[in-house]
Amino acid sequence: MQDHGDACRLTGLGRTYGRGATAHHALDGIDLAIRANEFFTLLGPSGCGKTTLLRLIAGFDQPTTGEIAIFGRNVAGLPPEDRPVNTVFQHYALFPHLTVAQNVGFALRMLGRPQAEIASTVGRMVELVGLEGMEQRRPDQLSGGQKQRVALARALAPGPKILLLDEPLSALDAKLRQRMRSELKALQRETGITFVFVTHDQDEALAMSDRIAVMQGGRVQQLGRPEEIYEAPANRFVADFIGGANLIPARIGAQGAQAEGLGVVPATGAIGADVTLAIRPERLSILPTEQQQPGDLGPLTVAERIYMGNELSFRLEGATVPLHVTLPRGGLRGAQDFGLGEAVCLRADPGAIRVLAS
Amino acid sequence: MKLHRILLAPSLGTILIFMALPIAITTLFSVLTPAQYGGVIWEPSAEAYIRLLFERDIFDDTLTFNADYLQILGRSVLQAGIATVLCLIIGLPTAWFIATRPAGQKSLWLMLVTVPYWVNLLVRTIALLLILRDEGPINGTLQSMGLTDGPLPLAYNNFAIGLGLVSSFLPFMILPLYAAIERFDFSLLEAAYDLHANRRKAFFAVVLPILRPGLIAGGLLVFIPGIGSYLAPDILGGGKTLMLGNLIGMQFQGSRNWPFGAALSTILMAVTLVALFIVARRAAREDA
Repeated sequence: MQDHGDACRLTGLGRTYGRGATAHHALDGIDLAIRANEFFTLLGPSGCGKTTLLRLIAGFDQPTTGEIAIFGRNVAGLPPEDRPVNTVFQHYALFPHLTVAQNVGFALRMLGRPQAEIASTVGRMVELVGLEGMEQRRPDQLSGGQKQRVALARALAPGPKILLLDEPLSALDAKLRQRMRSELKALQRETGITFVFVTHDQDEALAMSDRIAVMQGGRVQQLGRPEEIYEAPANRFVADFIGGANLIPARIGAQGAQAEGLGVVPATGAIGADVTLAIRPERLSILPTEQQQPGDLGPLTVAERIYMGNELSFRLEGATVPLHVTLPRGGLRGAQDFGLGEAVCLRADPGAIRVLAS
Repeated sequence: MKLHRILLAPSLGTILIFMALPIAITTLFSVLTPAQYGGVIWEPSAEAYIRLLFERDIFDDTLTFNADYLQILGRSVLQAGIATVLCLIIGLPTAWFIATRPAGQKSLWLMLVTVPYWVNLLVRTIALLLILRDEGPINGTLQSMGLTDGPLPLAYNNFAIGLGLVSSFLPFMILPLYAAIERFDFSLLEAAYDLHANRRKAFFAVVLPILRPGLIAGGLLVFIPGIGSYLAPDILGGGKTLMLGNLIGMQFQGSRNWPFGAALSTILMAVTLVALFIVARRAAREDA
């Protein structure tokens, strides 16, 4: 394939709003290298700085500290119109007074390209996103999904080196969102353009990304492939935000981590250190108390049972924090079910318990 | 069914009595014969419309073409047109400024725009005259600083009339433009920059077309009253350069020729309606 140099390198990037005591650090010392041809996702809750970061790359906002290089070129002071990046906006921001074709051709017209080239590129882009026959419609005559495609085609038409996507799927209904996910991923593979995708939806991030940067409080909490982020969260925040792990306060003892009401869990660390145990709800099994073995957690009581179609979700009380367990309906564990008030214990899959600094 | 008609009656009645009826009377009077001391004689006559274009010889009744009144009409259209353009040039940045203030400040700025309206138009026009006249503060300052030898001719000319029109009608431009800019989605501007438009291109390719309805509304609100304006030309023009409004006023006062005044009013109304019709047609076509 092509050379896998950095499409975008962020060095010591910071953005502070206000000054003095009221200053707000929207971004705080971000160092990231986004590789060429990569589907890169900035994931985090609202206010984590992900959109600010995207706006800095696009050039709508200027960093307070640090610098941004796009394919090796420092873009400080370069206005948005001169950067080789284009954006798919959260609410599309389609020009309401222009047709689909005029929207898609807008950038090329602004760049002063010849009519023939504009027409052929618009044709290709409209075909790429599957909007043939809609060229003469106006944005208000399009459905949400169609607007989304116009926004994509419009941003891709000038041939950006990096495509920035600001929560582009958030305004779509659940079913369409699912379909656009695979379409976006396919589009990225087809075009070979670096995608920088901003979302607060962990499912979206896990499903599409080559790499994810989980952000919180203006900092990158963890950077890695989706599997790494999910299987090996670096800290409490990541474990909680991605997949909603059970987070149990514990203290390292001689035999392992001691969690109140749960017994001893195999773990290593400095003796006496306070830690957090992170366990995914789907990596726990529920057993009747009489089958409890050393290393199992419990005894606990079933406080809530929710039927969710393809799985059962339980809330168990008895430890310092309520514990959540999901059991699949089907397969070997499918037969398992427990009633409210039943006394049970939990067995974690081997390697499922992660010990995090608290 | 019955009730909503009864509820409509007051507004329909108001429109009928204060709008339709005066227009009908004006149009009717324009085709009657003038009475000697004002008023009309109920005898049909096209004389008022003939007079608009021709001069009738008092001895042999022959008609010769006379462009005087057409000139006044043309001057009115031109003055109103210039005032509209000036209001647009001043009003757009002003409206933009107000619409982009923080939410709490907007109403204050809007109120400041309307402050001059707390004073009667006649008083405001006379005040403007006092400022512009030869003995006024502008000329006084310029002369005392030694920048000019004699007073600059600021009052009693087309410049003064234009200034009067702009100062009278500027808020009518600012307010609809403000409403349009207020509704403007500023992410469209970012999208334009993102898609390689510089500021100038973004303004002409995105901002202006989207603000068009506000521009048209503001333009009409300045242009239409501008054509028929009476006070500015009367006071600031010193009665030397007539506009249509003054000509009409004269017919009902000194000249006592009501049908001619009515005919001029009808023509003014027709010009206005044609302008409105063209604008509406164009707007409808571009929306299709």
